[in-house]
This record gives sequence, structure tokens and C-alpha cells, in this order.
Amino acid sequence: MLAACLCAWEAWALWRRDLAAYFPPASEVMVELVRLVASGELAAHAAATLRRFAEGYAIAAVAAVSAGLCLGLWRPLYNLFEPLIELLRPMPSPATIPIAILFFGIGNEMKVAVTVYACSWPILLNTIDGVRSVDRLLFATAATFRLSGWARFWKVVLPAASPQIVTGLRVSLAIALILVTTSEMVVSNDGLGYYVLESQRAFRMPQMYAAVVALGIIGYALNRLFQALDHWVMAWHRGLTRKEEIL
Amino acid sequence: MLEVRGLRKVFQPLSGPAVTAIGDVSFQVGAEQFVSIVGPSGCGKSTLLQCVAGLLRPTAGTVLLGGREVTGPPDGLVLLFQEYNKSLLAWRSVLGNACFGLEQKPGLTRADREAEARHYLEMVGLGGFERHYPWELSGGMQQRVAIARALACKPQVLLMDEPFGSLDALTRFELEDTLLRLWESLRSTILFVTHDIDEAVYLSDRVYVLSRRPSRMISDTAVDLPRPRDQLASREDARFIRLRHQTFELISKEMATA
Amino acid sequence: MSWQASRWTGFALLAVLGVLWEAAGRGGWIHPALFPPATAILSELVQVTASGEILQHLGISLWRAALGYALAALAAVTLGLAMGYWRRVHDACEITVELVRAVPPPAVIPLAMVFLGIGDALKVFIIFFACSFPILVNTIDGVRSVDPVLVRTARTFGLSRLRIVRHIVFPVAAPFIMTGLRIATAIALILTVISEMIGATSGIGYFILGSQRTLHVTQMYAGMLVLALTGYAINRAFQAADERVMAWHKEMTRREH
Repeated sequence: MLAACLCAWEAWALWRRDLAAYFPPASEVMVELVRLVASGELAAHAAATLRRFAEGYAIAAVAAVSAGLCLGLWRPLYNLFEPLIELLRPMPSPATIPIAILFFGIGNEMKVAVTVYACSWPILLNTIDGVRSVDRLLFATAATFRLSGWARFWKVVLPAASPQIVTGLRVSLAIALILVTTSEMVVSNDGLGYYVLESQRAFRMPQMYAAVVALGIIGYALNRLFQALDHWVMAWHRGLTRKEEIL
Repeated sequence: MLEVRGLRKVFQPLSGPAVTAIGDVSFQVGAEQFVSIVGPSGCGKSTLLQCVAGLLRPTAGTVLLGGREVTGPPDGLVLLFQEYNKSLLAWRSVLGNACFGLEQKPGLTRADREAEARHYLEMVGLGGFERHYPWELSGGMQQRVAIARALACKPQVLLMDEPFGSLDALTRFELEDTLLRLWESLRSTILFVTHDIDEAVYLSDRVYVLSRRPSRMISDTAVDLPRPRDQLASREDARFIRLRHQTFELISKEMATA
Repeated sequence: MSWQASRWTGFALLAVLGVLWEAAGRGGWIHPALFPPATAILSELVQVTASGEILQHLGISLWRAALGYALAALAAVTLGLAMGYWRRVHDACEITVELVRAVPPPAVIPLAMVFLGIGDALKVFIIFFACSFPILVNTIDGVRSVDPVLVRTARTFGLSRLRIVRHIVFPVAAPFIMTGLRIATAIALILTVISEMIGATSGIGYFILGSQRTLHVTQMYAGMLVLALTGYAINRAFQAADERVMAWHKEMTRREH
């Protein structure tokens, strides 16, 4: 099917040569992609994007999982923050870009900050939900075997909540890439997002397409990587039902 | 070994009147005895077990284990839950689950724990299934994992909350005999809650009958059937039939006064 | 502190934060230009709302979002039903879908700009593009969750394929589809804002970014507040609709617990 799409693309582009400026054939895009990668031109931008992505995602993961665990475990703490969470949560994360520019300037910090903010939400909410939905019976089991609070957390609560936490981490993967790309398009002088927009403005179509494809490949690779990790760590969960996603 | 004095448990829900699950229950269980508790549904049997296990605090009365008051889950006592599938750890293998209780005991290396766990898994007939995951097993097998997990801790007192309730008849008979064999070799004290009168009489040394809510102890009968018990011979014995009859009458009367 | 009382601590926290914000704004604790007092933001909000300016932008944004969302729902549910029901369709489409889905929607904006210019069509397309995938994935999950026994039972009663889809597959998959639709409402709003920040001359995203660029900071905050309130309202509206449509499912899952 994919091959069919590519062939259709190629055929249509070749047929409508007059649109060549807008719509280069797939082959040309591939050639351009290879050239860009080889020349290292794309590599620098890709590296910038990936670095921001990694930083933002990592910080968000650590912070949001920790916060989510705390909020999920201690009801009074959750009650304290619930209205604040419900207030901030509906605001779409890209809306924080302008305010981030004001406070962080137009460099890396801004992009990472925006990414951290956006990613934290799915991770936080899914972690809280994961902890909360640990079956009461597991707590009773831990009690009858006289587990200490820490042992109970580490051996029962955390593993039981992990499928939901992983769901949150997976959702955030896509969000991180979206926010990094967006912030690079709004204001930046490097990164794949910037490159795509620049190429379009300078009317360098093959480059633009190549960069879009590059982003797609990166997104796909990250997904697969995550899936592989997920399979390895969460092998036990494959036999059970899946839980709903929370965005 | 185990003594319950004037136990009373009242639940106060967020809305509506208070519910007195346990009215006034007192009894004693000697060491190495197998005692069953039967009663009409909703009479607070599970609540009673949870209070004895130290998981619930009674509104009044005391629970004494070996002469010492129970204020939280005591050492040497394990409660086996009715919903065993939710009580097992889905992310651990059968062996991992069986080791779970042992991990709290100091002074055991990992190899020690696994050896103990394997031993008890063998005793419940699950040798060879150590690497499986709980959800890959049938209900009866899962319950056996839970039993192995509890027994591996070598508890002095084992509380069992309708452990065979959701199993089919044949599996139940098999597990009843397995339990008796294990009890005879381990010599723990067992407090066994069930809604099945036949099962109670078949397994135990004594049968206690609880009244409807708010529950009281309305009967304490010794089971004078010889051991070892046999699924066919014991159940056809005149004494079995008489006891079963008596107990059934008692419970029916309780349920009738509605 | 009792369980009920602690619920009020949350609102107390908000009140405290509000007061702090006001004080910080007035006292200039943080850079005064960047951090106006809360009351200033609120009065700005009232002003801008009264002048109709912000409502105009918001209206345009919502219109785009709604259109893109509706188109996505239509396309994705249809394709999802097909992909979930027929194994061959699923296998054929899967890789293409996974690859296209992996492209971050903002990256598609310049691409779409080439064909669609920078008008409404661009925004609607991007929203459509981004919303399709969560709806699609969840629809497929939903269809896949239908017990084959149920379908076979229907076949023995002689139901046609189409009726099976309508009377069995669709209701069973409905909760999953609703999940996908719920996720997509958030995504629609997000992409609306994104597309309005990258190539636009109207819309709430453009308004907020524009305010920042011209250093009308109070206005920027006001815009963000409007956006948050809008998001909240949309969530509630969806929840209400969900309750009505899925009443049977909610009751069922409630009983099961």
C-alpha cells in the first residue's frame, strides 16, 4: 500500500510537470534527502531538534512522574492542587509560547521550557490516575504481608500503576515533538521546524519536503523505540486489558 | 492461640444510617485447630476476618493472638482473600508471587526464598508452573498460587475468606483435600470462612455459625468425624449428615427471620 | 483535617496565588513589564471583550476548529470502521498511516501552505490532519474489541453486513470512539492555536502571539485566559454530551465496579 502511494505520488508529479516547483516527484525528494543528510546540512538541524526534544521530554518525565506519584498517593495533596490543575489543564500548550518568549528569550531555554510544560500534563494526569486506580485489594494484600510503606510503594503501587504511567509517557512523546517543532517555527534560527519553514519561504521545495520526511522518520523511529522498550519492560501487561488514554 | 472477645464493628457511611456489621462476637480457637465460620450472606464474615487480621479496627472488643492484642497486621498471621486474582501481582511470575510474602522476612537470601517458594508451589501441585504469569492460569491454579504464597511464610494462623467460592465443584473438592494435606503437615491454625455448609463440616474440627447482621455467634459445634477425611466416606457418614442438617437448619432459620 | 474540608484547600491555594500575583504585579517583584497585576489583566480582558475584538478572533478560531474536527471525525470514524473490521484493509493501510501519523502536524503547515495559501483552508486542513489520527486509532481499537461471538450470533440470525456494523459493531465500539473524539477536541484546540501562530492574520493564536510581539503584555495574558476558559467550556460541553450519549455505558461500567 505504501509502495502504491509512493508510486502514485511519483506518477502524478511526473505527469503534472508544471507543478514541479510545488510538487517534486518522490524520487527527487529522496535524492535531496540523501544529499542533505550526506552533506550534514540536515544533521545539524536534526541534532538541534532532537536535543531540545530529549531535554524537554526527560525533564518532564522525571518531574511529572514524581509529582504524579505524590499527588496520586496523598489525597490531601491532590485536593490542594486539583483546582489549579483543572484551571491550567484546558489551556492549549502552544499558548504558552508567547509568554515563554517573554520570560526565556528566543533561544533553547524557551523551546525546552515550552516542551516541558506541554509534556508534563499527559504524564502527570496518567500517573495520578494510574496510582489511584491501583486495586484496593493489593493494598490489603500488602498489609497482610506486613509490607513497610516504602516496600509497598516500590513493590506494589509502582508496578501496578506502571501501565498507565507508560501510556502517559507515550502520549507525551508525540506532544514533545509537536511543541519543539512549533516553537522552532515561531522563532528560531536552527532546528528542523525552522528549516521546513525557511525552505518553504525561500521556495526550496525539495528541501522542504525532505525535512518533513525527516521529521516523519524521526517521529516514527521514536515511536518504534518506545514500543520496543515498552514490550521489554511491560511484557507482563500484554496479557491484560488496556486502559484509556488521558490527554 | 486466637481469641476474640466481644468484637463489634460499626460502619458509618458518608450518607445514611450506620451499619452494624458485627454485633457481638466472641470465640476461641486453639492452636493447630481447623475452624470454619458459616452464616447467612451479608452477616459480616469477611469483616470479621479482616478485624481478626488486623486490617480493620473494631469499634469495640479485642482480638488476641497468642495472648497479645492485635492492633495491626500481626506477625505470624496471613489473610487469604476471596478475590485471589486481584490479590496476585500481575507483573510477577508464579514464583515471584510465591516469594512475595517471604521478602519481608529478614535473613533470607534470594536463593533461600526461591527454594522455599518452589517447595510450597510443589505442595499445592504447581511444580513446573513457576515461570508462568497469573493471568495465564485458571482460577483454581491462581488460588493455589495465593495459598502457596501465604503458606511460604509459615504463618501460625491462616485466615481464609471463602477461598473456593468461585470455583467449580470438582476443583473445589481437589483444593479442599490439598488444603487438608497442607494443614496436616504444617500444623497451622486455620480460620476458614465459607458459605458452603458441606465444605465447612468436611474440613473442620469445629464449626461456628454466625447470625444475621448484626452478627453474633449462635452455635459452636465440634465435628467428630475421624481424620483423615475422605470426599466420599466422610460425606456419607451419619455424623456428617447430622451436623450438616443441624447447621443448615440454624442458618435457614436465621435467613427466614427477615 | 477531614476529607471534605481538604477539598477547600485547593480553592484556598488558588486564592493565595491570585493574591500573590496581584502583589507581585503591583510591587514589581518580577519584571514589571512582564508581570502585570491580576486585576489589570482582568480589566484588560473586560475591555477587549467589550470591544468585541477578542470575541471576533475567538469566533474565527472556533469556526476553524469545529470544521476541521467535524471533517476528521467523519473521515476517521469511517476509515477506522473499515480498518477495524476488515483485516486486509487494516494491513494494507497500517504502515502508511503509521508513517504519516508520525509527522508532527506543525511540520505539515508549510507544506500545506504551498497548496492552500494562508487562509482558513490551511488551518482547517491542519486541524483535520491532526485530529484524524487519535479518532482513527481509537475507532480501530473499538471495532477490534467487538467479541467475534457477538458477530457470529448476528450472522446466524441472518443480519446483513451493514446491519451488523450499525447495530453491533458501532455500539460496542462507541465508548472507544468517544475516547478518541475527546482526545481530538483537545488536539483541535492545540492545532488551531499552532496554525494561527505560524501563518495567520486572525484567530486567537494570532492574537496572543501578536500581543506578545507588540509587547501588549496585559492583552497577551487576557488572551491566554480566554483560551483557558474556552478550553474548559469545550471540555464540559463534551462531558455533558458524552454522559447523554453514553448513558448506557456509564451505568454498565458503574455497576461492574
